[in-house]
Amino acid sequence: MEMTGLFFYLVSVLIAGGIYAVLCLALNVQWGMGGLFNAGIAGFFAVGAYASAIATTAMSSKHLGGFDLPIPFGLAAAMIVAGITGWVVAKICVRLKSDYLAMASVGIAEILRLVIVNESWLTNGSLGIAGVPRPFGNLVQGREADLLYLAVVWFCVLGVYILCQRLYVSPWGRTLRAIRDNEDSARAAGKDVDWFRLQTFVIGCAIMGLAGGLSAHYFKFLSPSATEPLLVTFLVWVMLMAGGSGNNRGAIVGALAIWFIWSATEIFTSRLPPEWVTRSSYIRMLLVGLLLQFVLQKFRSGLVPEKSPKIRSD
Amino acid sequence: MIDFINLYLVPGLTIGSVYALGAVGISMIFGILRFAHFAHGDLMTLGGYGVLTAVWFIPIHPLLLLPFGIALAIVAALAVDQFFYKPLRKLPTIYTVIASFGVALIFRSLAQLFWSSGNQVFIPGVRMPVVLFDTFRISELHMQVIILTLIIAIALHFFLTRSKLGRAMRAVSDEPELAAVAGLDTERVIRWTWVIGASMAATAGVFAGMDTSMHPNLGWNLLLAMFAAAVLGGIGKPMGAIVGGLIIGVAEETATFTWFSDEAFISPSYKSAVAFFIMVALLLFRPQGLFKGRLL
Repeated sequence: MEMTGLFFYLVSVLIAGGIYAVLCLALNVQWGMGGLFNAGIAGFFAVGAYASAIATTAMSSKHLGGFDLPIPFGLAAAMIVAGITGWVVAKICVRLKSDYLAMASVGIAEILRLVIVNESWLTNGSLGIAGVPRPFGNLVQGREADLLYLAVVWFCVLGVYILCQRLYVSPWGRTLRAIRDNEDSARAAGKDVDWFRLQTFVIGCAIMGLAGGLSAHYFKFLSPSATEPLLVTFLVWVMLMAGGSGNNRGAIVGALAIWFIWSATEIFTSRLPPEWVTRSSYIRMLLVGLLLQFVLQKFRSGLVPEKSPKIRSD
Repeated sequence: MIDFINLYLVPGLTIGSVYALGAVGISMIFGILRFAHFAHGDLMTLGGYGVLTAVWFIPIHPLLLLPFGIALAIVAALAVDQFFYKPLRKLPTIYTVIASFGVALIFRSLAQLFWSSGNQVFIPGVRMPVVLFDTFRISELHMQVIILTLIIAIALHFFLTRSKLGRAMRAVSDEPELAAVAGLDTERVIRWTWVIGASMAATAGVFAGMDTSMHPNLGWNLLLAMFAAAVLGGIGKPMGAIVGGLIIGVAEETATFTWFSDEAFISPSYKSAVAFFIMVALLLFRPQGLFKGRLL
């Protein structure tokens, strides 16, 4: 009993870890490859979650639609809607330099949150959307369903990884890294810097939307609190820095490593004396903040540092 | 019209004063250390809690206990600069921006640990507004906030233009290399930037906490508007930040006024989006701000 409990705990950790791995790969496209500082990760994650939930739930009078579409359509919708949101944002903000883009993207996350809370015709406001289906939901029930969902999530991680890896080694990715490392020389070589940045931002946002969709189908219920901007955005940044930004494998390794540490602190804090248990989530938040400082100072290139591929001369 | 002044303009100037004081620090840090300090809002929160704690022990008017909040904020700011920002100073500043995100998280979790996550008030009970000339009904606090902000702004102006240290700060902000070559002690200027920025942040935090209530997210919720104010005033221009803060505050409040019809121009729930749109419009069309700040 103890062993199966532990096993399924591990399964749930790995499902969430997989969703974070997708987010981390997405941020790696934007920051690791493109040098774009997106501090609004939670916003695009939320857009994807709501898009997929609205597309796949049964008809409802409480929020927009309930189009009852199959889940792959829901995930595709998540990517498209998050991608379009990213396009609008990039159209306005991508010309801005690092710090300014960070400010603007924090604002975007905030506005997306305001829309989700206030536009109840669209999202049912703070009451949230219930009855989001799981893939193969009528095939298996209970804990076995978690196992199946684990496979679905990691299938998506694999797909995104292959996509990102192809992007990284392609001429497109090479141009992107050239822009990241020296914008002026890339511009002088005739590269349309803004256009490359726009594409990068949109691709990253679409993948963040996919992660949002995956989490909506996992929890089966969606409320604005599920997209707590701080936690999602911060954790993903810590994960990418720790894993090694610029490296797709590093992104996955970082996501898993930090997520394991985060989950382990839960086990640890649940054993604290009762008067401290209520405060455990703040202790964990403090630890993430300190961990980020440690990574930035002692560990900047991460667990799996970036290694640019050799350029063939033929 | 009277309603407009009582319910929109004065509250706008009040929240604008809070933004103004916060934006001074953001603008100076951006100008001198060259990075967007994302933990500034949470520095404000710490200052607010410092005064709140002092009120528990010394039951006098919270504004008289401001030094306690200021001291806490200064200690916190100097400590994080020493331990978390200074080791990154040689790197591209974006790493310091990432570090400041982490510092924001650290400040907030400390606030939640020590002061719990609920709402707390400085002075319990409802206070009646003061009636002036039988028409203006202005709360005592709002008057205090606006007047104190003006006094601080004037003092800051004289400090920056007349004192040796203030002039050194402006020199580092305008031309860091030249200032270093001229023999100015950059680290000393940086320390004083933190001291001034943190003092004003703490003051703003107390104002904001007294106007509504203290809670751990207080400062973070104000951060965007303060960035907008700093950009509006021009990065590295403290006086610009004051004007920018007041403009953003008034714009936010009056945007919900019934300008063109009986409906509010902007639904009050979208108030915080006003600052964002002003900021983006500025970054696109006039990134140097109203007062010709620097471009980074």
